[in-house]
Amino acid sequence: MLTKKILKFLLLVSINFCFIPNSFAITPYLFVQETADEATEALNKRLSKEEKMEKLKIIAKKTVDVKGIGNYSLGAYRKTISDQQKDEYFEIFEQYFLKSFASRLAEYTDPKIRVDSQKKLNDKYTMVSSTLLATSEKAEIKIDWRVVTKNPDNPLIIDVIIEGVSLAKVQREEFNSIIQSNDGNINALFKTLREFVENK
Amino acid sequence: MKRILILIFLSSFLSVSVYAGSDGQNELSKKSDASVKDCFEGLNRGIFALNQGLDKVIFKPVAKAYRVLPAPVRTGTSNVLVNLSSLITIPNNVLQGEFKTAGVNTGRFVINTTVGILGIFNVAKKMGFSEYEKEDYGQTFGVWGMGSGCYLVLPVLGPSTIRDTAGSFMNVLGGDPYYNVSIHGNNEYLDKSDYIATKVLTGIDFRAKNIESFENLEKNSIDFYASVKSLYLQDRQRKIANRKPSATIEILYEGDWEEIESQ
Repeated sequence: MLTKKILKFLLLVSINFCFIPNSFAITPYLFVQETADEATEALNKRLSKEEKMEKLKIIAKKTVDVKGIGNYSLGAYRKTISDQQKDEYFEIFEQYFLKSFASRLAEYTDPKIRVDSQKKLNDKYTMVSSTLLATSEKAEIKIDWRVVTKNPDNPLIIDVIIEGVSLAKVQREEFNSIIQSNDGNINALFKTLREFVENK
Repeated sequence: MKRILILIFLSSFLSVSVYAGSDGQNELSKKSDASVKDCFEGLNRGIFALNQGLDKVIFKPVAKAYRVLPAPVRTGTSNVLVNLSSLITIPNNVLQGEFKTAGVNTGRFVINTTVGILGIFNVAKKMGFSEYEKEDYGQTFGVWGMGSGCYLVLPVLGPSTIRDTAGSFMNVLGGDPYYNVSIHGNNEYLDKSDYIATKVLTGIDFRAKNIESFENLEKNSIDFYASVKSLYLQDRQRKIANRKPSATIEILYEGDWEEIESQ
């Protein structure tokens, strides 16, 4: 009888254990709110632009799907370049992306972001809607976040849509424009990205 | 003839304001705006460079000087200009079959013009009217199913498409009551200088509101021309769909994302 009770107890404990990882899964809504709060802290007015940028890069590394954005930004070229070129691309892209991302955001000071709602698009993506609240100088801005939820325990941002304009798409069109203007030579893109990382 | 040409250019100022903000999310077309051809890219890039030069020497300094004015003066000016834009928005609401919105916008215009003293004060907003969204003839042509045609960069006025440029011409062909009254109205209150001043001020107001965002975009772009083109075309597509960004969330180019390999 006692053995049966112990077995039942052990079974319940093990079932509970199985579900514990799920209890840590964060909703995209909360994930964006936490990320936005962290970014707001990094954009504290007491910090210099360089300090802000360093903090933002750290946040981006853990919350942004840099590889996914890199893939998206290549457009159709991701299917035609060699593995070696891909390796080269992802290496330079990460540096470019982090610098560009941090530099764009570092211009802001003490932004207040309110997360409004979320909508699951499919198993892979959820969109989260938020508002950058108005200040005495600027009107409010709608910001949507495309979150990759393939791994629910580790959601990642893959696009930011400001007033309906997708930044990933703008970036993809910039990349494609550079490649096309150079007769489809992907090395021209690598060169431009490198120059951005080194010079700007 | 020269006068008409100047007015045609100036009348397009409102359509240049497209990337000031946005009013909707596109579901009209599942086509990506990458399908808008840049048929005159060489020429467009040349005009884009010219516009950047003009901006550096004239528009940006003027916009900066405008920003020195006290905030209430700028807000009042902006309110008057937005209120006047209703005169183009309302007929376009009707042409797009948005009769309820046309009614709301007419109510807003009447209240702001009278109680709000020629639109200086946005009284309608305080009364709880819904957020105002500009419409123009380019958007109406889009709603009617007309394709955008090639991408264009116009001297001074900036990004456009053949459809949007044609839409701007509608303003001076009888589609803008303010133009009709000030240019052809033969009255003692308004004349062509008022119309020109209004359009110039609209451009300055738009530029002044976007000084930092333009600087940021330019500094962080690796191909500024391509960035501006993408922003313009995405924004126009969304406006034509008449959907608010807050309504989100159906993204028109979902197919692009389906096969992306993520981390």
